[in-house]
Order: sequence, then C-alpha cells, then structure tokens
Amino acid sequence: MENDIGLWGVPLAVLGGAIRVSTPFIFVSLGEAITERSGRINLGLEGTLVFGAMAAYAVAVETGSPWLGVLAAMVAGSGFGLLHGWICSFPRVNDIAVGIALMLFGMGLAFFFGKPYIQPSAPNLPAIPLGDWSSIPQVRAALNVNALFVIGAALALFLWWAFKNTKLGLIVRVVGDSADSARAMGLSPTTVRLFATAAGSALAAVGGAYLSLYYPGSWNERISSGQGLMAVALVIFARWNPLGCFAAALLFGGAGALGPALQSVGVTQGYYLFYAAPYILTLVIMIATSSPGRQLAGAPGELSITK
Amino acid sequence: MADVTASDVPAPLAPPRLAAALAFTARRAEGIVIPLGALVAGMAAFSVFLLLLGKSPAQFFELMWRGGFGSWFSIQNALLRATPLLLAALCVALPARLGLTVIGGEGAIVLGGVAAAAFGHALSGLPYPVVILAMGLAAMAAGGLWIGAVGALRHYRAVNETISSLLMAYIAIALMNQLVEGPLRDPASLNKPSTHPLDAAYRIGPMPGMDVHWGLAVGIVACVACWVLIDKTRWGFAARVAGGNVRAAQIQGLAVGPLIVGFCALAGALAGLAGMFEVAAVQGSANASLAAGYGYAGILVAFLARQSPLGCIPVAFLLGGIAAAGGLIQRRMGLPDATILVLQGMLFIVVLMSDTLYGRFKIFNPDRWARA
Repeated sequence: MENDIGLWGVPLAVLGGAIRVSTPFIFVSLGEAITERSGRINLGLEGTLVFGAMAAYAVAVETGSPWLGVLAAMVAGSGFGLLHGWICSFPRVNDIAVGIALMLFGMGLAFFFGKPYIQPSAPNLPAIPLGDWSSIPQVRAALNVNALFVIGAALALFLWWAFKNTKLGLIVRVVGDSADSARAMGLSPTTVRLFATAAGSALAAVGGAYLSLYYPGSWNERISSGQGLMAVALVIFARWNPLGCFAAALLFGGAGALGPALQSVGVTQGYYLFYAAPYILTLVIMIATSSPGRQLAGAPGELSITK
Repeated sequence: MADVTASDVPAPLAPPRLAAALAFTARRAEGIVIPLGALVAGMAAFSVFLLLLGKSPAQFFELMWRGGFGSWFSIQNALLRATPLLLAALCVALPARLGLTVIGGEGAIVLGGVAAAAFGHALSGLPYPVVILAMGLAAMAAGGLWIGAVGALRHYRAVNETISSLLMAYIAIALMNQLVEGPLRDPASLNKPSTHPLDAAYRIGPMPGMDVHWGLAVGIVACVACWVLIDKTRWGFAARVAGGNVRAAQIQGLAVGPLIVGFCALAGALAGLAGMFEVAAVQGSANASLAAGYGYAGILVAFLARQSPLGCIPVAFLLGGIAAAGGLIQRRMGLPDATILVLQGMLFIVVLMSDTLYGRFKIFNPDRWARA
C-alpha cells in the first residue's frame, strides 16, 4: 500500500517534476525580465543557457566544486550579455536579429569547447530533502528540492521588491519605458541596457548550470530543449513581473513533467506529443494574452517586441 | 538624384553621363561592398579565434578552399549542401520583406519531409510524375500551413512571429517523432525509427553531368521567382510597402492580412519543399535526420544576403562550401565539428553589426559627393 499509490503518482510526479523542470525557467525568465524591463530583448539567452551549462559542467569537472561551476557560468553568461548589449548599442542594429545570431554563436562555442566534457562526470549540485517527514518514497522524491530552486524563488521575491522600491529598479524601469525621459534625467539608456542585459544573461547561464549540474545532470549537445526561448514568451505572459515569472515557470515545469510522469505509470501512447506540451502551452498562452491593436498591459514602452 | 544645380559648387569633374553611371554604381555598390567587408571581418575575427587556440588560420582557409570550392568534386559537394539552404533561406527572406522575422523554417522542412514520405509511400504504383507532384504538393501544403499559421497569428492576434515560429518548429519536430515512431513507422527500421522507405523508382536523381540532385535547380528557380515576385510584381510592391509601414499600407487600401498570411505560407511551402527533396533525393525516408539544422542555417543565409532572394544564391553556395569542408577541417586540424558553427556565428554577428555602417560612407552617397 505504502509503496503503491497508483495513479496518485501522476500528480505527485508532476509536482516534483514541476519543481525540478521549472528551475532553469525561473532563472532564464527572471534574467530576461531584467533585460526587457530595460527596454531591450535578448533572444540569445538560449545560446547563453547552453554555454552556461557547458561552462558550469567543465569547471565542476576540473575543480570538483559544482558551485564554482555555477560561478563560471555566471561569468560566461555576463560576457555574452555584454557582447549583446555592446552590439545593440550601435545605431540601427536590430536587437532581435542579434539575439538570433548570439543564440547560434553561443551554442557553437559551447559545442566547440564542450566536446571533451561529454564523457567525464561532474559533481552535482546538492538537493535539500524537504520531504523527509513522509514515508512515501514518491513524496520524498517529489520534495527533494535543489538549492538553486530555493535561491530562484528568493530571487524572484527580491527582484519584485527591488523593481518597486530601489533606485536601481527605478532606473531600469525608466530606461525601459522611455529613453527620452531617462536621458532627461541624466541617465544613459545604452549603459543601463548594457548592464541589464549582462545581468539577465548571467542569470540565464545559471539556468544552464542547473541543467548540466543537477537535472538532467550531464553535459551533452541536447542539454537544452528551447528553455531559453520559451522563457522569453513566459516573461510576456508574466507581464514582466518577477513573481509572475516564478509562477509561470512552475506552470511550464509542470507541463514539461507531464510526459515523463505519465510514462512512469505506464502511459506511453503519444509520448512525443506530451513532450511537446510546454511548447503548445507557451503558444496557447501567447495567443491568449496577445491582442491586436493595443499595447500589452505592463509592457515596457521601449520594447521592440510588443510594438 | 544627382542633378547638378548651380548651388552645387564645385561641379563634378566627370561628364554628366559618366557621373550618372558612377552615381548608380555607387548606390548599388553599398549593398555589396559592406556585406563583403563584413564577411572578411568575420573571417578575420575567426582567424584570431584560431590563433588563440594555437591553430593556423592559413591552414584552415586552405582546407576550406580545398574541401568546398577547389575542385569539381568539392564544388558539387558544396552545391549539394547549398540546396536545402536556398529554400530554407527563402523561408526567412520572404517574410522579412513584410518586416517579419520568421526563424522556424526547420519545422516546415521537417513536416514537409514527413508529408512527402507519407504520400510517396501511399501512392506507390502510380506514374512517376504523379507521385513526385503529389509529394511536392503535400510537402508544400504542410510547410505552408505551418508558417502560414505563424503569419496569421502575427496579423490577427499580434503574436510575435519570431517566438511563435520557433515554438512551432519544436512542435513540428515532436509531431514528426510521434508520427515516425507511431502510425507512419516502418517496422523494419529498428535502430532509427523511419517511415517506410520510398520505392527506388520514385527517388529524385542527379541532374545531368553532376552528382547534385534536382533540388538545386528548383532552389535556384525559386530564388529567382521570389526575386521577381518581390521586385517586379504588385504583390511584392504591396509587401514592401506593408513591411515599411503597416498603417500606411492599410490606409492605401492594401489587404495586409492576406498579404502577410500569403507570403508566410509561400515561405513555409518552399521550406517544405526542401524537406521533400531531403526525403526523395537524399534520405529515402523521413526520420529524425530531417531536423539537421538546415532551417537555422537558412536564417544565416538570408541575413547574410540581406534578405535578397537573389543574394541567397551565392551566400548559400558559400556556406554550403564551408559546411562541405567541415569534415576535412575536422580530420586534418583536429578541430571539433562545431568549428563551423563558431565560424557561422561570428559571420552572423559581424554582418549584423555592419548594419550600422549603411549610409555612413560618403563614397556610396553621390548626393554628398559635391559637398566637400
């Protein structure tokens, strides 16, 4: 009885999966939220995520410390962000196209330098067993939460507060809403966006580090399945609100966990279609939340994607 | 134009007709010199990358020449690899004229390939032209539907086409996996689930005198046809107006919605055709190899060609040659296969950066020649 909870295993596995799968979404979407709040869009986060996964894994293999790996990913990520921000600071350069280019470039570099690290195994990031009170193994498995998930949740709360209550948050929002007002206040939109993109990319790379150092916990060329891109859509869905990003990431994680959860209880029909669930969900959400003829509520005024 | 008025002192040194010709050349030259310069700059950046790794750029470019362009054998190899890129690039270049950045051509290629394989198998026994035509139409319908939907979502629901097309590509690949592992699976394909192989009689063969299949000719014809469509027809003109300013186009009474959906559907249909040639001329059946990244390489081709359908032809050949040389470079220099991806990424970035140079050089702007 205790070990056989039947179909109850599905929602439990979805919950556990949601927590596991959502972590990269949390980091990428929070990062993208910072960048987009400053009025720029970075579609290159997919490449940053993959490079972050590789950098974290490689450094963890070499040093034996997964946390140094996460740090390396952040450094590499902010490098990509600075590159994006620098290129976009030239007049008449399209930020969306640059993002696509950096996506391909980041992946290319990651595969290039990551080749020797496909075989060796790196130490994983630690998990916090929040489910120890239960004697049901599925519950314990579902609540075995990684430290990065907790950090991500705290970060979402912090960013939500910081956007409203700190000077830095205000600066980012002003630049995002009107470059002219920002200039009138003596701020340089280009510089603010440069650093907002760098910060956003650093967070996205942490999402990649989670992929390679915890779940699925290995480095290969198929490590990411579009999380970096879905996060961009997710930020729009979350209306650029960090707490919304966190909730949306959990929802996406749950959708992503549906296929494996059903498979684990023996439902194999349509496995690949369930695998597509997060993409379909993203698309449906985008259709439902976009509307022609009016600006999205809460959208930064300078953002090219919603114009 | 370069009409000389009394205020324009000093007068041009060349006689008027020559001046007009010079002015015309100068204006045209900007769109060629800047991308070529960017290409050279990208190669230079990549050389620095190689030097940092302790590899020889000279050897790299020598191998690239030998593997991609130096002999008839390698040129054919380059053309073979350029073929899907031509059609995939049009999937980006056509919507670009309407101001849309569609990057999900991979999805249309994959579904086009699956549709072609399904029809090719189902219609086995019918005459060759009928089967080939049916496969082509099925592939175009599948791809057209996919990207056409992206256009419709963009216009009628204001869904960002860049993200939606990429999501649709992921969905298309999942759909292909589902079909290839499920209803369309050939039970004989054990290790690599595939559709039933196309009967040998319905394979598309090489063109006379070369080893490259007919897809190349179709790709080049498609590029020329798209150039005619955009530059020489009223639909193309309307698309360019709408791409410049949607409101203005609507005020002019242009049907922007059908225009966007139509161009996107055509773009997807061409990408679908690329999938059909992959199945009918290269693979022989539809399987996971269809998602080989042609759709993404096509984005690079279209941007390097500055979204010009005619420009896509030489750029696809160039990138096809670079890809063809990949294996040789990998073996001789001990570099990983992702080296080509790094080079492509650098070229892409530098070309986008060069967008900022347009209109900055006096030499390309005859109106400013007279004023010193």
